[in-house]
Amino acid sequence: MNFFWEARKVILLSVLIYLSVKAIFFFGYVSQYIEQITLYALIVILASLGLNVIYGYTGQFSLGHAAFYGIGAYVSAYLTKIFSIENIFAYIPILFISGAAAGLIGYLIGIPILRLRDDFLAIATLGFGTLVRVLLDNSDKFSEVFGGSRGFVGIPRLTTFELAFVIVIFLILITHNLIYSRYGLFWRCIKNDELASASIGINTFSMKLMAFTYGCFLAGIGGALYANLYTFLHPSNFDILKSIDFLIIVIVGGMGSIAGTIYAGLIWVGFIEGLRIVLPAEVVDLRWVFIPLLLIALMMWKPYGLMTKSRN
Amino acid sequence: MNALEVEGLEKSFGGVKAVDGISFVVEEGKTVGIIGPNGAGKTTVFNLITGFYRVDRGRILFYGKNITRTQPYKLPHLGIARTFQNLRLFSNLSVFENVLSAILKKDGYNVVSSVFRTADYFMKEGKAEKKARELIEFFQLSGKENYPANNLPYGEQRRLEIARALALQPKILLVDEPGAGMNPREVQDLLQTLREVKERFSLSIVIIEHQMGLVMNISDKVVVMDFGEKIMEGTPGEVKKDKRVIEAYLGEEFI
Amino acid sequence: MELLGYIFQQCINGLQLGAVYALIALGYTMVYGVLRLINFAHGDIFMLGAFIAYYLLSRFTLPIYVVFVLTMICTALAGYIIEKVAYKPLRNAPKISLLITAVGVSLFLEYFLSLKAVFTPNYIAFPRPFEVEAFDLSLFTITNVQLIIFSITGVSLGLLYLLVYKTKQGTAMRAVSYDKEIASLMGINIDATVSLTFIVGASLAGVGGILYGIAYPQINVFMGVMPGIKSFIAAVLGGIGIIHGAVLGGFIIGLSEVFVSAFLSSTFRDGVIFVILFLVLLLKPTGIFGKRIDKV
Ligand SMILES: Nc1ncnc2c1ncn2[C@@H]1O[C@H](COP(=O)(O)OP(=O)(O)O)[C@@H](O)[C@H]1O
Ligand SMILES: [Mg+2]
Repeated sequence: MNFFWEARKVILLSVLIYLSVKAIFFFGYVSQYIEQITLYALIVILASLGLNVIYGYTGQFSLGHAAFYGIGAYVSAYLTKIFSIENIFAYIPILFISGAAAGLIGYLIGIPILRLRDDFLAIATLGFGTLVRVLLDNSDKFSEVFGGSRGFVGIPRLTTFELAFVIVIFLILITHNLIYSRYGLFWRCIKNDELASASIGINTFSMKLMAFTYGCFLAGIGGALYANLYTFLHPSNFDILKSIDFLIIVIVGGMGSIAGTIYAGLIWVGFIEGLRIVLPAEVVDLRWVFIPLLLIALMMWKPYGLMTKSRN
Repeated sequence: MNALEVEGLEKSFGGVKAVDGISFVVEEGKTVGIIGPNGAGKTTVFNLITGFYRVDRGRILFYGKNITRTQPYKLPHLGIARTFQNLRLFSNLSVFENVLSAILKKDGYNVVSSVFRTADYFMKEGKAEKKARELIEFFQLSGKENYPANNLPYGEQRRLEIARALALQPKILLVDEPGAGMNPREVQDLLQTLREVKERFSLSIVIIEHQMGLVMNISDKVVVMDFGEKIMEGTPGEVKKDKRVIEAYLGEEFI
Repeated sequence: MELLGYIFQQCINGLQLGAVYALIALGYTMVYGVLRLINFAHGDIFMLGAFIAYYLLSRFTLPIYVVFVLTMICTALAGYIIEKVAYKPLRNAPKISLLITAVGVSLFLEYFLSLKAVFTPNYIAFPRPFEVEAFDLSLFTITNVQLIIFSITGVSLGLLYLLVYKTKQGTAMRAVSYDKEIASLMGINIDATVSLTFIVGASLAGVGGILYGIAYPQINVFMGVMPGIKSFIAAVLGGIGIIHGAVLGGFIIGLSEVFVSAFLSSTFRDGVIFVILFLVLLLKPTGIFGKRIDKV
């Protein structure tokens, strides 16, 4: 199939990366903890890629991306727990159901809010994020399983390195193919100029909705992998600070660059988690003092954003 | 056959009538010029035809089909393309992508083809790229395919915008002040290009222009607007002699 | 009869909360007017107001009106500095860059103050400068705290009205709000007007912070987040950029919040405000007093 033929280089590279990572794990150079972080980095890359589609490529600013990540996480946690899933092959459909749930909610919420622009969109997505946080905090009122503000406990651990790796590579390839097709081109047209896009016949609203839905779907899958990796969820894992995490990765990686998001995701997770290993906890707490400063510095340095690459 | 009929178009902004009962007809294959002083309402007429502003009153027919209040993005599919007075290119996209986007909008493949790279994807992409290169060559932008659009000199940006509009293979092309900000030599070039375009793509054209020379040269018919109203309509020869037109332009530079 | 009394009582409580929201919303709406920026850090200026007052009241035994004046000066200064340092360099940058910067400033203020070495992430008790007294008016009771909030809000609104509509600087503000380019052509000093807008907005937020501390005497470095967002929603509801809109919006949001808590459940208090936001953005994005404009 063309899909695999086109992707041969990426697949080859992935196999090499997989083997080397496995070898490192096998020869025991790294702890369980590092293995967990590597997995977490894959998850963060996937969710950030979703925001990159929405914001980096299509220009629709969202401050609520973590909400969709959270929806995916809670849906997967719920389904794997009530069905006591143990088998990876039963887990894969649930992963995609969780992504689809986040995508569907993104679609429904996108219908009203994607008519808004820039800062109003920011407020609406922030509002939605806060709303989801409130619902998660009170989720025990709907069903005890969710645990409300005490957190969701006892989620089956199903996310393995192999599974996460294959799923993430597969979704990166699909995202790549979408972006380097007419749809990706239309998204970038919309980011550049909505009126001009309409003047060449692009249905800007439905294209924005498509980008938003797909981006939320990716976040949902990321969230699902997260839930079944850490086996415990808390509403505070999905608040605005998490949304800002994703935003920083997209901006640092260069908005509208897949490779950039991958590098930035790895660096970001490595940096934050690395700090945790070398520094005492109180110093790590300082990160939310420095991250905002980093954000401001980035904006001052390149106020026009780090622009999308052309396709040639 | 009439390509475009505009009947009694009206539009006000906060009580001020920007367009006040404009009617005119564009016959298939003909070029109609719209002239008038700044603020006469010419651009507003375009924005009404292309659905960017909501029509207050009046009708717009395209080959007999009522297109009043149609959403802007639907019009290119019917065969209407436009350019903007203040240039609206995809400024961070390459010259090539600016043209390609319009072609792929007109003749594209579906999501499944995109994701799985089916034969349809390669065929349509190949065709589109070939066509984009042809258009770029026709508008003398060859060699600059990979420049970001906003790195082109102003005159070339104007040409690129027309190329992008033509990439939609329209039946009618609406151009808003294509000569604005160009020097006389560039205007002459543009004139030549528009003539060739008309022949090669067998189009109807509506052209708004401030520089009388350009319009008079290319138009089969000229509509003159002032304060939102049509003050006269006729051949370029008739318009040049008309007293009301000269009055409307008094105080403006009359080229 | 009992229900009626209960409703009246909730109205008073809602107006008390609404007054604070109105004071914060004014800053959002005025800054949006002159810069088209949602100043995310504005809720944190409100928080700073409460913390400065806390400091002045607990360290020095100053009379309350001195506390008000000093707090206003400090928050005004903070607003002025934030604008000069963080926003002014980005005046011509895309809107989102400015917005991200504002989010950055907001997070920085919160997390910097929450450091143990600087302050604390925990709740602390706000020292009320006087005892609470309730006056029973048979149908409902009203406290001296509420009377103070209403009167100080009233005075602030009156002074703001005089500033905006009766002074040259206020006219400049309205002109910049209407059209920055034209205002600049008319010889109005844009920088000075923007600075003044931040100063006025921040002092009002400072007043709001003290009043909030007196009314709900628990303060925390994150206390500005929700009231900030809600006040912004109030400003949108009233019509962003419109001064009386912000005041009306503040009261509507305050009343809705109190009524939802009283008659439904306090769980949904925040949720309802966001539902209001979605409804406004959907039905009339320009808010109650706003007008529609097409632009190509
Ligand atoms: N979006 C708008 N809002 C308010 N007034 C407008 C708008 N667009 C155009 N106008 C007004 O309509 C009138 C006609 O403008 P326009 O059609 O641009 O004139 P022309 O293209 O002939 O120079 C002008 O007075 C202009 O100010
Ligand atoms: Mg015009």
